[in-house]
Amino acid sequence: MSFFKADNLVKHFGGLAAVNNVSFEVRKGEIFGLIGPNGSGKTTTFNLISGIHRLNSGKVIFKGQEIHRLPTHKICKLGIGRTFQVVKPLGRMTVLDNVIAAAFVRVNTMREARELALQTIDFCGLLPVQNLLAKSLPIAWRKRLEITRAMATRPDLLLLDETSAGLNPTELLKAIELIKKIRDSGTTVIIIEHIMHVIMSISDRIHAINFGQTIGEGTPQEVAQNKAVIEAYLGTDYA
Amino acid sequence: MLSEMKKNLYPLIFLLALAVFPFLAREEYYEHLVILFMMWVIIGSSWNLLAGYTGRVSFGHAAFFGSGAYAAGLLTYHYGISPWWGMATGGLLATAVAFPFGWITFRLRGAYFALATLALNEVLKDAAKIAEPLTNGMVGILIMPTFSSKLPYYYIIMAMMVLTILCMRLTVHSKLGYYFVSIREDQDAAESMGINTTRYKMISLGIGTFWTGLAGAFYMNYMGFIDPSVVFSLQDISIAAVLVGIVGGAGTIYGPAVGAFVMIAVQEFFRSGFFGVFKYFGDKTGSAAFATLSEFVKSAHALGFGLLVIFVILLLPNGIVGDWGKIKKRVFRVKTVG
Amino acid sequence: MDVFLQTLVAGILKGGLYALIGMGMTLIMGVMGIINLAQGQLMMVSMYITYVLFSVFKIDPYLSLLIAMPALFLLGVLIQRQLLNPLMKVETILPHNQVLMTVGIGMVLTEVIRFIFKSDYRSVSTTYSNQTFFLGHISFSVALTVAFFIAVAFTLAMFWFLMKTDLGRSIRATAQDKDAATLMGVNTARITVITFGLGSALAACAGTLLAPVFYIFPDIGGPFTSKAFVITILGGLGSTVGAIFGGLTLGIAESMGPTYLGMDYENIIGMVIFVLVLVFLPSGFKRLTKI
Repeated sequence: MSFFKADNLVKHFGGLAAVNNVSFEVRKGEIFGLIGPNGSGKTTTFNLISGIHRLNSGKVIFKGQEIHRLPTHKICKLGIGRTFQVVKPLGRMTVLDNVIAAAFVRVNTMREARELALQTIDFCGLLPVQNLLAKSLPIAWRKRLEITRAMATRPDLLLLDETSAGLNPTELLKAIELIKKIRDSGTTVIIIEHIMHVIMSISDRIHAINFGQTIGEGTPQEVAQNKAVIEAYLGTDYA
Repeated sequence: MLSEMKKNLYPLIFLLALAVFPFLAREEYYEHLVILFMMWVIIGSSWNLLAGYTGRVSFGHAAFFGSGAYAAGLLTYHYGISPWWGMATGGLLATAVAFPFGWITFRLRGAYFALATLALNEVLKDAAKIAEPLTNGMVGILIMPTFSSKLPYYYIIMAMMVLTILCMRLTVHSKLGYYFVSIREDQDAAESMGINTTRYKMISLGIGTFWTGLAGAFYMNYMGFIDPSVVFSLQDISIAAVLVGIVGGAGTIYGPAVGAFVMIAVQEFFRSGFFGVFKYFGDKTGSAAFATLSEFVKSAHALGFGLLVIFVILLLPNGIVGDWGKIKKRVFRVKTVG
Repeated sequence: MDVFLQTLVAGILKGGLYALIGMGMTLIMGVMGIINLAQGQLMMVSMYITYVLFSVFKIDPYLSLLIAMPALFLLGVLIQRQLLNPLMKVETILPHNQVLMTVGIGMVLTEVIRFIFKSDYRSVSTTYSNQTFFLGHISFSVALTVAFFIAVAFTLAMFWFLMKTDLGRSIRATAQDKDAATLMGVNTARITVITFGLGSALAACAGTLLAPVFYIFPDIGGPFTSKAFVITILGGLGSTVGAIFGGLTLGIAESMGPTYLGMDYENIIGMVIFVLVLVFLPSGFKRLTKI
């Protein structure tokens, strides 16, 4: 039984096939990368997995269970957490409250939620800002909050959507550290990334898509030499 | 710890003052005003839970107030049951109306939901007017009040008010409270955090309408008379509820109490002609100008209401409690850090 | 059959005028994203202006359009500039502050008028107020019919304005994407002010045209605001063509209701349609149109 399987996902918006027969499997404990140029359907794929959009056809199977017809909150309860490309902080709540709210999906009392929240905040390095309002945070902290909130739901699988965009090199290094730490603590990760050296350096395997279709899959080295991938990013002259 | 105690101290002192007030008041009229105040704290607080905390702004809360009032009244009118039983059913009927409504409209966001509540208000009002065999139509319902003095009503509404505020405090500081605010801040993020937004919107709607329905039932018992244009009034109940919530401070626990106080005070200010000050000067000086001014002020209370709305929104958009820092700075010249 | 046609005609005539009020509100909605709950009250003010011009200066309502519309335009501009624009920058817990502000404005307008004119019912009784003419067995109210055609004329003028003039295009651009419009050189601050003025002027047009036919009293604003937002939602927020369909639909429904269901059902039918549309067709008739 595979840990996570996306099976022939198809999604149309009007006449456009945003995702066209994408399939991949993710093994427990790995960091699985999803790359492709802008508009290739990566975020739509995440939206299909987390239940924000409904599939036109295909299946999503997580820990042996078909989840593609379930509502988003149920999918979270089953163990899939996600971050959004355009971050969604709960602006008028403090960082701590943001995470407490997320923690309540796993525990029931205030005290337990607070404990779980503080643990997660500590793990993700947000202790110094826990009492600040989320809307007052600069972008790097917001992205980190996004991850922290998802982690407080104790996911077995974490979907990270472009968490590195907009970060400077120092922040980038810290982000990579955090992602590795998350994997080491037992959470499997699927990560969408634009910034090549980030995704190449941390992924165990990578799946590449363009115009909603698969164009390659393999280890980072294999994908880096894949003609279709190079063409998609740099144009036919470089292939 | 000390600040925790201080937070509870002011409300407790105020509660004590309320408890002894009937014995200090010189006229029954003032007891009546405070009864209305306490009733509005209940309406405002429950509106606030739905609108301020969960972000589902209702422009038609009279729909639930009126439902509660009619629940109490109809039981007496048709079956002779004591209207105090109607109190219990008042809250329940309001919620019974709210749930199917919430179910139909749960997908609606923001302003659309607000308009839908407005429509519900109007529909129920017209329905009450039309369904004469059931509701006695525009004539309304008249029942014998149980008590001849205001005192029992005073303490009953006070108990209800305390219960409401306790309910609010408990809710806000619990998982429910966190979930409500999350829904308000970002519904999609809330869903991906495992929050069943539909279920929690319904819960918020339930609590936010139950207490208002109860207040409506109380109103039936207290006033002894209701009709569709009074208890389903868009201006006097629905908009007033919004005002109470906003003036006091949406999304705060004691905001509605402050808002209720301001609203009653402003209305009284106008109705009494600036608390009788103009009349006093008029009598003293014999000048007719003061008399006309007094009359003008008296008839202008609706105008005053409208101006209050404009003034508060322009200058204190987060309400008195919400913008308290701002007020402290300007009025009391208190220096705040940063 | 005759009854049906009669009801239908009455509904269409009224609907044409309702469309004007709806257009004003939907324009404001599209550009600023606020629901102007004072739309009916602005119309009411115009009705009183018409009344004064008629009873004191003996000016025919159709002529007073030339005074009432600019007057309300100015009032609208003032309201937007002083009371609504400042709100756009403030961040509050409830985003509904702008809507609530319009409620307050509506209340103030009503009470000021009440203070000046008291709550007595007034009427503008022109020679043609009660006249009807016949086409076959169907009677047409002269006043309503003339008003209908003037309303159609203004509607067409509105379309020409929005589609063909620079200002009109700027308004549509701002409605579609304010930031993009700003980047394209549109002075969006000025546009919002002008749009509110236009919306008010449209309300004025409807008010003046309806003055010979309705009793005028301060509280008449409220029901018209309700009608305006039903029409706006029916037609789709921001869609001027939709407002026309919405207005006609409401006019016809309000005509059919009392005829076939009973006098009391006139208002309730509008509200029921409103809820149905909100739930089942949330974007209204807009889908059929491009503005």
